Amino acid sequence: MFNFYLLAGILLISFIFFFFGYIRARSLVISNQKNLHSLVHYYGIFSLLACLLPTLGVFFILTVGDDFLFAELIKEFIPDHVINSENYNFTIILAQINNSVDGLIFGTPPQWIKNASEIWKSWVHKSQTLTVIVCFLTAIISGFLSYKKINREFRSRNAVEKIIISIMALSSVIAILTTIAIIFSVFFEAMRFFALIPFDEFLFGTVWNPQFEGAERAGSGQEGLSQYGAIPLFAGTFLISLIALCVSVPVGLFSAIYLSEYASSKERAFFKPLLEVLAGIPTVVYGFFAALTVAPFLRSSGSIFGLDIASESALAAGFVMGIMIIPFISSLSDDVINAVPQSLRDAGYGLGSTKNETVMKIVLPAALPGVVASVILAVSRAVGETMIVVMAAGLAANLTANPLEAVTTVTSQIVTILVGDQEFESAKTLSAFALALTLIIITLGMNFYALHVVKKYREQYE
Amino acid sequence: MNNKIISPLEASSKVKNSIAKRRAKDNRLRLYGRISISLAVCFLLFLFYSIFSKGYSGFFQYYVTLDINFDRERIDPKGDLSENSLFDGDASVIVNESLFSIIQPTGRKEKKQAKKIVSSGKDIRITKMVKNNPSLFGTITKVKFALDDDIDSFLRGYIKRETPESERRISNKVIEYVDKLNEEGRITYEFSDYILSGSASGNPEMAGIKGAFIGSMLTLSVCLLISFPLGIATAVYLEEIAKKNKITEIIEVNINNLAAVPSVVFGIMGLAIFISIFGMPRSIPLVGGMVLALMTLPTIIISSRAAIRAVPPSVRDAAYGIGASKIQVIFHHVIPLAMPGMLTGTIIGMAQALGETAPLLMIGMVAFIVDIPNSIVDPGTVLPVQIFMWADFAERMFVQKTSAAIIVLLVFLISMNAFAVYLRKKLERRW
Repeated sequence: MFNFYLLAGILLISFIFFFFGYIRARSLVISNQKNLHSLVHYYGIFSLLACLLPTLGVFFILTVGDDFLFAELIKEFIPDHVINSENYNFTIILAQINNSVDGLIFGTPPQWIKNASEIWKSWVHKSQTLTVIVCFLTAIISGFLSYKKINREFRSRNAVEKIIISIMALSSVIAILTTIAIIFSVFFEAMRFFALIPFDEFLFGTVWNPQFEGAERAGSGQEGLSQYGAIPLFAGTFLISLIALCVSVPVGLFSAIYLSEYASSKERAFFKPLLEVLAGIPTVVYGFFAALTVAPFLRSSGSIFGLDIASESALAAGFVMGIMIIPFISSLSDDVINAVPQSLRDAGYGLGSTKNETVMKIVLPAALPGVVASVILAVSRAVGETMIVVMAAGLAANLTANPLEAVTTVTSQIVTILVGDQEFESAKTLSAFALALTLIIITLGMNFYALHVVKKYREQYE
Repeated sequence: MNNKIISPLEASSKVKNSIAKRRAKDNRLRLYGRISISLAVCFLLFLFYSIFSKGYSGFFQYYVTLDINFDRERIDPKGDLSENSLFDGDASVIVNESLFSIIQPTGRKEKKQAKKIVSSGKDIRITKMVKNNPSLFGTITKVKFALDDDIDSFLRGYIKRETPESERRISNKVIEYVDKLNEEGRITYEFSDYILSGSASGNPEMAGIKGAFIGSMLTLSVCLLISFPLGIATAVYLEEIAKKNKITEIIEVNINNLAAVPSVVFGIMGLAIFISIFGMPRSIPLVGGMVLALMTLPTIIISSRAAIRAVPPSVRDAAYGIGASKIQVIFHHVIPLAMPGMLTGTIIGMAQALGETAPLLMIGMVAFIVDIPNSIVDPGTVLPVQIFMWADFAERMFVQKTSAAIIVLLVFLISMNAFAVYLRKKLERRW
């Protein structure tokens, strides 16, 4: 709430400077009987931006920076015997102090934590006062400087435009920053995992059985049982994706052919959006549908034929995932089929071929790269899909090709490992990052290849 | 090659003979297409049917009407209607007494069973009523209480009378009591006042989606406030301002790649960057909105760029011709003209964000939070995550509640998408 009021105050000051700039420019116009270089309101906007931007910068540095500063300073208040003790962990102590600052007290914390939290609170108070003073000073000084700058020679429109362009350029860098952040967050943790578990054991091991180190230490008979062989996860992911493709490729492809070649424009206008509704349904709804409708249905119908289908079978998850990716295949293939030039079809009809022959022998072969690309994109969707498998595919890391059994996937393991309380630094937590790294590499590779194919193919006809 | 020359007569007879077969083949392909489309549509309808048929009843639940003696001495012993005083009062005992007077249980064990018929939220209900309307004190009023979820499931027929008592979640005695209440016409099936106004609860009969819904709205507004300006600024910069060079090419490739990154990875990034490094608290809508904003950014950028590209160059040339600067051209002409397309992309991105679950699981929005979040820094959860959590609970009644929550989510998503389609149809100009 404090930050909110401060921001409102900063905004208010900037608007006041907007009016100062505006009025000064107008009075210049009136006193000189001559127009300035730029329109009058540009002078106001210039004052506003010149006041607002540096102040916001200062504000963010102060609000983000003070916690880091406090964390450094508070180290002095931790008694020596704690620092020298064996299981000293600064992150945990910091969390304890922070909890105590927020009034969350678990059990009876030692006296020094109470003292430290009191000191912390006083710092917070001081830093708030300081932030207010510094922010308002910056706002007023920079606003005043910009106000001083306004004279007959000053070209405020160019200055404002320069500022706007740099803001836009900065925002386009966010995309790169996000990528860097993803790589940074996943890659380094994954490397730490590979320092604990050899790379080849992870890639080629056939048993996935992660255990928390806490459980191992407690002597629950689990010592040394942790195994991080990701093959069962890859196999499970592959199996479920394969089932999904068996559902979605025929349905999606035939729908695309029908919609682009056979359907009347009315039918097309009706069915195309209807198919795309399938892509708009949240995956958690599909997961619910798979776990509570499809899986029991499969189980009961399987028992009629004497088949023992696990209640969390790969079949249910894969089938529902197949439904989900139908629109990816159908609308992308539809686009590619439509992109095949009409002249090719006309040539086919001119030779007396039926529609079927035109489609099968001319249009589809011409559109094949694009169709393949759409299938690859759908696969990458299936591999990265999380909620359906978390809810319907189970967690048992079975290495099996039997779709009636429960399997687990890369994404569902990531979710189960990282949801809830984690022990940082343990191999189990780090393994999620290694899995995420492989997931990124696989999906990006497929996406790259698919886009490459589509691009190459498009150039042929344009 | 089979280049045997045949006479025209032979050829035409050959064609004539084969034509029926070829037509049949053609019809077969058409049929396959129709079958596939109807299959896809059937899947869709079946999905909707199974959700709606379950979820429809989730908006309703069974209530029991009891005569409550609003005795001020007992409900509000200190007489000041304060939180403390109401907490000390024995509202739930009054409800139990009223219940016992109808079903007449004897002995401690039976009373204990009978108490469980009415949902455990009964005292909160009484205290809320007297707080809103203190004139109730001293009267005897009929009040409706939710029934316990097991009784609810029994009345719906999910718990069968024929099942042996040892395998049933409710005993024969309780069934007897419920029958008695039913005979007196005290049990009614009504629109649930918990589902839309309650928040997360371990008791399925009291669980509602208000907390999750508000959490969703807060998260979505953070997401919109971040991703809309950023997305449009990036799209304008890449389309109108940036020179085509290596750096812009890298940015473009980057955006396409980000669109392909699985959503769960964005959650991992949020966990590692926002929570571990920046030390932000877990499970707050602010962090959730930031993660979703980064996730939807590519969608918004890509569709905004398409919208900007669709603005014909003649518009720009005309503006330049009368002396506008580049920024003036962009802000006065290009952005207003491209706005419908940009908005459509943004709404679709927001719909995607509204339905997203996995990244929010990573940043801890799965916590069991009873309080309704008031601001973006209060811990909260969102609708899809609430659905995910409820789907995991064992109680039968949560299945209906989950489906009801899904219906609310779907209604929102469908209306958002429909609005996007409407906007596109209504405002899009063909040049």
